[in-house]
Amino acid sequence: MYSRAYKWIVSTPPILWVTIFLLIPYALMLAHSFWLVRDGMIAHEWNLQNYAKLFQNPVYLEVLFRTMRIAAGVTLLSLLLGYPLAYYMSFHAGVRKDLLYQLVIVPLWVSYLVRGYAWKTILGSEGVLNGFLQYIHVTKEPVSFFLYSPFAVVLMLTHIYTPFVFLPLYASLEHIPRNLVEASHDLGAGSRATFFRVILPLSLPGLLAGATFAFLLTLGDFLAPLLVGGPSSIMIANIVQSLFGTAYDWPLGAAISVSILLLTISLLFFTERLEKRWSFR
Amino acid sequence: MTQTGPSAEQALAGVVSGNVLLEVRNVAKSFGPREVLKHISLEIAAGEFLTLLGESGSGKTTLLRLIAGFEQPTSGELWMGGERLDTLPPYKRRVNTVFQNYALFPHLTVQENVAYGLQVSGAAKSEIPGRVNEALQMVKMQEFAASRPAKLSGGQQQRVALARALVNRPKLLLLDEPLSALDANLRKQMQGELKSLQRELGITFLFVTHDQDEAMALSDRIALLKDGSLEQVASPREIYARPTTSYTAEFIGQTNLLRTYIKDEVATCGCLQWASTLPDGGALFSVRPESIHLSNDAAASSDAVRFRAVVRQQIFSGSSEHLELDAAGQSLRARIPARGALSGEHEFWFSPADAVPVRE
Repeated sequence: MYSRAYKWIVSTPPILWVTIFLLIPYALMLAHSFWLVRDGMIAHEWNLQNYAKLFQNPVYLEVLFRTMRIAAGVTLLSLLLGYPLAYYMSFHAGVRKDLLYQLVIVPLWVSYLVRGYAWKTILGSEGVLNGFLQYIHVTKEPVSFFLYSPFAVVLMLTHIYTPFVFLPLYASLEHIPRNLVEASHDLGAGSRATFFRVILPLSLPGLLAGATFAFLLTLGDFLAPLLVGGPSSIMIANIVQSLFGTAYDWPLGAAISVSILLLTISLLFFTERLEKRWSFR
Repeated sequence: MTQTGPSAEQALAGVVSGNVLLEVRNVAKSFGPREVLKHISLEIAAGEFLTLLGESGSGKTTLLRLIAGFEQPTSGELWMGGERLDTLPPYKRRVNTVFQNYALFPHLTVQENVAYGLQVSGAAKSEIPGRVNEALQMVKMQEFAASRPAKLSGGQQQRVALARALVNRPKLLLLDEPLSALDANLRKQMQGELKSLQRELGITFLFVTHDQDEAMALSDRIALLKDGSLEQVASPREIYARPTTSYTAEFIGQTNLLRTYIKDEVATCGCLQWASTLPDGGALFSVRPESIHLSNDAAASSDAVRFRAVVRQQIFSGSSEHLELDAAGQSLRARIPARGALSGEHEFWFSPADAVPVRE
């Protein structure tokens, strides 16, 4: 058993850390969301008008829905890329498994910004993609809609978040006992039936975890729209950023942040319930 | 001496009369440089309970997996009912498996687990509930139909695995050490149930185990494997009474291996001598401990091999005494009916008919 003093010494730093850098900022944000700005100054008067604004001004909801559409697109695309990859690696890669795993992980070590700029050089009007298309005479002039569109944002974020989707998926596929696959074949099921009746249902917790990662990380992203998105793909975090910056309306920014936080928490709560139901250990 | 049970006789007769269900023809299997099975040939009769017995690493599970279709033989062929089996994928074979750790689908209920084989092989929808119920009834698990496998005990999971494998009405059921995870009492009970189930259904069972008692209790015939080769294939009584190799004699039951020299039809081992028709030269004989008798207890026949031996150790086990004997330097194990403490030198004997010549 550990002594009282020992328990105090080891638990105090993390508690302090969480309090100073998490709980107090959240409390401040929550407080700000009920204040207002008057004459360019934040006035500490409790009110609900920030939240009312969210529903009165259609821009906010529109941007929020666009953000969720982009997040859904990223989630879907990274699942479509990540699942076959994880499935192949777990069941068919054999001795190349470890090498392939490293290759999936390595991009995570490269800075987010560098990967963003890489897409700029690929998609831009002077970029690699346009150069190639003109070279093979598919297009005569540079195509401008590759870059600065929601499409570019989805593409870039899919590239960045696919490993996050892949990792939990791969882990859940690796956890499926191989004799279950053998039992399925033994009972008369071909590869297709085995996949849909055994492998897919047993990988649902991993699939859900991966999808949650991709969706929530995209929901809070503000760099991709800045780098490759352009004005047509402004996302909710960009609005928060500008409200806390040049627009100087911290209370409204805080209200949006609190709303997104609530959305995120309820989504996590929901997926955790589902994950529990889908794990049969 | 070789008093085989009726079902064993039927099984053997089946093989002879050509009523062969599965034929293993010269099958070999290597994993890289490691040769796991070395040219195995074996015939399994329809309706037979055949056990693949062997130590771990003897290749018994590999042979089972080849028949199920989870592995491909390196060379050789498998035939079932006049059809080439080894070229078929596992899901097209009329063979089902009871896995060592049951391999029940954790996301499906007991009922759904059993129905799985019927659903994927396209059985008529109207037929499925009835057959599932029938299979669950067979293993007395109807009341757990709606439970998930994680809620069941080992023995219950075992029964579900059995029902799941039998619901497709396979011609051949493969059982991979299905009882090894159960405790001793449950194991005994399940052995009895397995045996009666096999008799009732008339399905051919190919059973893998490393437990010789289990093999003896259940099988019509035992195929003993050693280092990827078949050592002997015979009924339990035959394999016990007439082992052909020293490995078989020692693996199944206990024995005394006597190294003799034969000259002019007389086998000699130290102070022991008996008539043998084997050619001159060295020979190895197996004499079971219970074949050795105390002269005071049982009158020796005229041709008996008599010898005097010192009782080195005596262990009482209820109905019998286990003796360690020293017959002029040759140590022997004997098992005689319980009779009280023995000490010093006594006369013992065994019948030459009980000295079975075995290969090294």
